Amino acid sequence: MGWIEENMKFTNVRKILSQAISLGMVVSLALMMWKGLTCITGSQSPVVVVLSGSMEPGFQRGDILFLYINKNPIRTGQIVVFNDGRDIPIVHRVIEVHEHEDTKEVDILTKGDANEDDDRMLYASNHDWLQQKYIMGRAVGFLPYVGWFTIIMSEKPILKYILVGGLGLLVLTSKE
Amino acid sequence: MHSFGYRLNGLLTFAVTILALMCAITSLSDNFNTPSPSAEIKIININWFQKQPQGHDEVSLMMNVSADLQSLFTWNTKQVFIFVAAEYGTPKNSLNQVSLWDAIIPAKENAKFWIHTSNKYRFVDQGNNLRGKKFNLTMHWHVMPKTGKMFADKIVLTGYSLPEEYR
Repeated sequence: MGWIEENMKFTNVRKILSQAISLGMVVSLALMMWKGLTCITGSQSPVVVVLSGSMEPGFQRGDILFLYINKNPIRTGQIVVFNDGRDIPIVHRVIEVHEHEDTKEVDILTKGDANEDDDRMLYASNHDWLQQKYIMGRAVGFLPYVGWFTIIMSEKPILKYILVGGLGLLVLTSKE
Repeated sequence: MHSFGYRLNGLLTFAVTILALMCAITSLSDNFNTPSPSAEIKIININWFQKQPQGHDEVSLMMNVSADLQSLFTWNTKQVFIFVAAEYGTPKNSLNQVSLWDAIIPAKENAKFWIHTSNKYRFVDQGNNLRGKKFNLTMHWHVMPKTGKMFADKIVLTGYSLPEEYR
């Protein structure tokens, strides 16, 4: 009887190990897709969620934007996502561009479509203009409503724990 | 294999895939639209043209803007954002683009319009290079879809210039 029980223990360990490997493969695949997207679009965060209403009625809170950045210079009218040291990046439109003759650097001024004033007040400390290096990407595509999932997750963290806990439970108790 | 959980999972996956496919096709349908917009901008008057206390030139002007942008609208268009920008070069800056006025067109009916307005945003130079300056006025439009890829383009109108002296 002894070695039958030992064999069953072995099979259990193998089952748990193979489940762990499948989980690991799913996570790795998701990570690879995200990193691949980062490379293709050239932006650190290729997909962003619109958090404020400053670009209404075009972009509402909860929409997601697809970003793309290349070496082309920033010009007026482009919708850019920038972060000059804040907690969260801002999505606004470029309304002024001054390109310096000597350095080819650009001074940029942005403004949200629904805002009265331009963003000069928002720029870090004593900057009057935004530089191209603070721009994370240009918005090229858009999907409505899909970002609400992320907003709810970040504003009610308890839901995040419930979701992850539930998923973990599902994986552990699945029969295959 | 036929439990409620499996069926729900299958149904949800299918639904999300179909939804994503529909969004992609909707966006692709925008490519079949060949727009033929037209615009005309006339500067009626220079209200004033001063050097500001910090040393930068500023000008305020009145303009008539008329445009027909109806061909930009498709069934997938949520709104069209348009703006008029002044473009010019100076010895210090190879390119300056200053947005003077913008508007949101929510529907095709509003896309053919005529407006008499002063510049909504201040036309300020980085320096004092505006006297006698020749510049272009560009009418830009940005088509924001209900879902998918955004399109932007512009019309460049040349031949505008500012007065030689402050007034």
